[in-house]
Amino acid sequence: MSRRKTYEDSSDEEEGRSRKRRRGSESVDIEDRLESLITRVGEKSTSSLESNLEGLASVLESDLPNYKQKIMRILCECVTTMPEKLTVYTTLVGLLNAKNYNAGGEFVELLVRNLKEVLKTSEFDSALVMVRFLADLINCHVIVAASLIMMFDSFLEVTLEDNIPQVRSDWYVYAVLSSMPWVGKELAEKKDAELEKLLTTIEHYIQKRQKIHVQTLRVWTSDDPHPQEEYLDCLWAQIKNLRANQWEEHQILRPYLAFNVVLCDALQHTLPRIIPPSHHDEATYPLPTVVFRMFDYTDVPEGVGIIPGSQAIERYLLEEHISRIIESYHLERKDCAAYLLSFPLKCKVPLNYMIVEVLFSQLFRLPRPPYIDLFYGSLLVELCKLQPSSMPQVVAQATEMLYDRLDTMNTSCIERFVQWFAYHLSNFQFRWTWDEWSDCTQQDLLGPKAKFVQEVLLKCMRLSYHQRMVEIVPADFKALLPRKPVPSFKYEKEGSGSLPGTIVVHQLMQAIKSKCTPEEAFSIIKDVPNPLKEKEGMDPGYNPLRIEVFVQTLLYIGSKSFSHSFAAISKFNNVLKALAETQDGQICLLKSLYELHKDHQQLIVVLIDKLLKTQIVECSAVANWIFSDEMMQDFTSDEEDYDNVKRIWQRFEVAYKEATDFYVWEIMHSTVKKMNKQVQKLQKEVDEARDRREAAHRRTRDGLDLDDEPEDVPTEEMIERMEDRLEAAQSEQKNLFLIIFQRFIIILTDHLAKCESDDSDYNTHWYKWVIERLQQVFLLHHEQVYRYINTLETLMFTSDIDIHILEVFQQFCALRS
Amino acid sequence: MADCRGEKRKRDSGSVQLGAYRDQRYKGSRQQQEDLLLHSTTLYVGNLSFFTTEEQIHELFTRAGDVKRIIMGLDKFKKTPCGFCFVELRKFPRSVLIASDPSFYNLNSVVRYYTREDAENAMRYANGTRLDDRVVRTDWDVGFKEGRQYGRGKSGGQVRDEYRTDYDSGRGGYGKIIQQKIPAAAH
Repeated sequence: MSRRKTYEDSSDEEEGRSRKRRRGSESVDIEDRLESLITRVGEKSTSSLESNLEGLASVLESDLPNYKQKIMRILCECVTTMPEKLTVYTTLVGLLNAKNYNAGGEFVELLVRNLKEVLKTSEFDSALVMVRFLADLINCHVIVAASLIMMFDSFLEVTLEDNIPQVRSDWYVYAVLSSMPWVGKELAEKKDAELEKLLTTIEHYIQKRQKIHVQTLRVWTSDDPHPQEEYLDCLWAQIKNLRANQWEEHQILRPYLAFNVVLCDALQHTLPRIIPPSHHDEATYPLPTVVFRMFDYTDVPEGVGIIPGSQAIERYLLEEHISRIIESYHLERKDCAAYLLSFPLKCKVPLNYMIVEVLFSQLFRLPRPPYIDLFYGSLLVELCKLQPSSMPQVVAQATEMLYDRLDTMNTSCIERFVQWFAYHLSNFQFRWTWDEWSDCTQQDLLGPKAKFVQEVLLKCMRLSYHQRMVEIVPADFKALLPRKPVPSFKYEKEGSGSLPGTIVVHQLMQAIKSKCTPEEAFSIIKDVPNPLKEKEGMDPGYNPLRIEVFVQTLLYIGSKSFSHSFAAISKFNNVLKALAETQDGQICLLKSLYELHKDHQQLIVVLIDKLLKTQIVECSAVANWIFSDEMMQDFTSDEEDYDNVKRIWQRFEVAYKEATDFYVWEIMHSTVKKMNKQVQKLQKEVDEARDRREAAHRRTRDGLDLDDEPEDVPTEEMIERMEDRLEAAQSEQKNLFLIIFQRFIIILTDHLAKCESDDSDYNTHWYKWVIERLQQVFLLHHEQVYRYINTLETLMFTSDIDIHILEVFQQFCALRS
Repeated sequence: MADCRGEKRKRDSGSVQLGAYRDQRYKGSRQQQEDLLLHSTTLYVGNLSFFTTEEQIHELFTRAGDVKRIIMGLDKFKKTPCGFCFVELRKFPRSVLIASDPSFYNLNSVVRYYTREDAENAMRYANGTRLDDRVVRTDWDVGFKEGRQYGRGKSGGQVRDEYRTDYDSGRGGYGKIIQQKIPAAAH
């Protein structure tokens, strides 16, 4: 489980061995040994950390003459790849500096160079740990305190810059503040006045920040029972408390304290000036966050320790440390679980609660979680396996709390909660105390708890089967159970004889079952009359009856499994394309598919995915279908006729349900993602082609390549063609977003207007589910949507739309402003 | 950048490493086989229940990434599921410009390769977790070829179900050989 084992395992691998053989020299072995020694220090060991560090520092000192560059590089890597061992490495660097002043200087120089580089390339996560590392080097007598203050000063000067996004100054302030737990005490002792000045600047900054973005990023709209604070406000409050406690904290392990005598004698280096690179449009800064808090000390049983209060610095340090372990080991869930549970603590804290809180805070993070949800699911399973006596209870307690707080939970987060919980249950035989949740059966079916349970059962069914769901829940949950996922083929139901098309359907079925060619199938449906033509007397561009007959018959025959359906689609690809040449035809095709499989959501999702991949339907057709009357119930009918209104209202209630079904949005987002990927791919092609061309030019210019252009260098015309394709895809993407946002505005405006004229409360379950889906489109695809923000502002989200809708847009804009 | 190596070290190790198993019927050299495995985006998924469907497998693996195709393993004779499958995940074409590295300057400065993030995610996070109450096992596979979907045991299923001595209700009860020896054990 340990890094050591992984490390040895991988060097046993074929690749490792052949690499060694190839280089074959003794120095390689020594280099590898050095690397392994350095990366492993600070892990559990039979001897004390202090003696390991002392020993390692001596080894490094003696190897410095021959392997200096290598040692410097490995140390610098450790800064960013193992941030959870920060103080171990600062101590090591301190000891090395005490033995060899030049080596200390070179390390600082290299780290500063790396820091400047990552600031330039907007790698702010790496930059943050480097800043913190430099700060902690004060404690190890490697760096002069005054020069650190200078660096912090120049960071804070960013707050005075004009015309920059707030996220830029936020980051620089955050970098300074988040170093304070490590270095506050030392600075207070040595540079008290300068430190106070820094903090005053920060305080002014914190007071004048705008916080419109907060609403969009909250997991819960309510601050009850725990306040959900904006990240910079929260850290500022924690730092103020730390200062009030004379900068004493009880969390950070400080191995350098044991070496105080040695380190005090060391000579210190002055940091070179580090000036933040100026702002440019391509720079992307980390988005702000809201600190997720679900537990406090009252949630924890007695005897396992106390969760630090939400404004105690220890809470921040614990969260930071847990997050850093996750970051370092997220690729190996078993190692990650083991490291999390063996986290060295200075005082008694209920570690399990902290781990679970941090994991859920990441899973629910908006706009997106740092890692895929399967990682969190499998890590939680692993943690439960490693600590079966206590972890499952904590996870269950957390689940109960999340369930209790569903009423104010953001829809995106509820969706992730559903996704995770279904996976978790499937790993534990679907055992759950459903009885305790029977309050959900009393709720309106669109109520958050009722909806949550319905969606969980739907997702569990996908991982299992329908009958199992019937067996696991109590009888009074019956109304929340999914329908059995079987096709509903109207042409074989009673009374189908009177349907137009039934005869053709039966012919077609016969033909497809006896393996007819696509041409033969087409000739069977060729003469199906077009009901639209009869009415309007002109060519509507598609024949709904023909589409329905063909699509439903084909997919009904293929409904035995995904593979059967896919095979059917690919065999009759050309027929489908011919039937649905126009956008209306494609929407009609999607409607036919939906009608047949409406009880099998998973199948609808994968079939639409297939239809998009095979380019039988376009992304915009899917969006238009999702917002079509049948799915959303576009409420724009004539309200004069009272009966008509009543009838529509009844339909409204039923059909509106569709918009609250999670799978509909699963389809929407996967469609948008597909579009985004297409644009990304074309963009990459263009970029690469340009780079290759440029590289070739450079070679020619340098006189290195006097031959004709090599074959793999793209010509100017080729690049132009690529650019045309990219442009077309980008305009398709923009169009897709415009359709989606426009349709959202229409259905939400209708709802709000309706409620106003009825004098009823607009804030219904339906409204919450739908407006938060609008918010989700912004958040989930924020990079792409952001590109079209000007168009959206001038064309759609103008001042004449309802403020409730406009707010969603404004909060999104505030994320990066 | 400084942490490139760190990333590489992590990538090559642990749960995405090749397992010890090699398909003995692979036509080609051991080296070719390993190269294919190292770049593959196809996974072999084993220890499934005979009752587990393609739909269930899809639901689990789609959480790791974009599933292109699932090929269910079938009993050679009965053509019914026999407890394994192949899952093909998406490949990501990637090119990297390495002109900033002086040793590559003036050489062709673009390297093209495929990453297999989705498949690696499946190896990392789905391997060893449960589907249909069974712990599924995933391993790299060189890629599906017609014929490989059939069980290779004498009785039509997987070889492991020939020799198994335990009773496994998800995989047809006792192993095939025991079933033949004790006809009653089949029930």
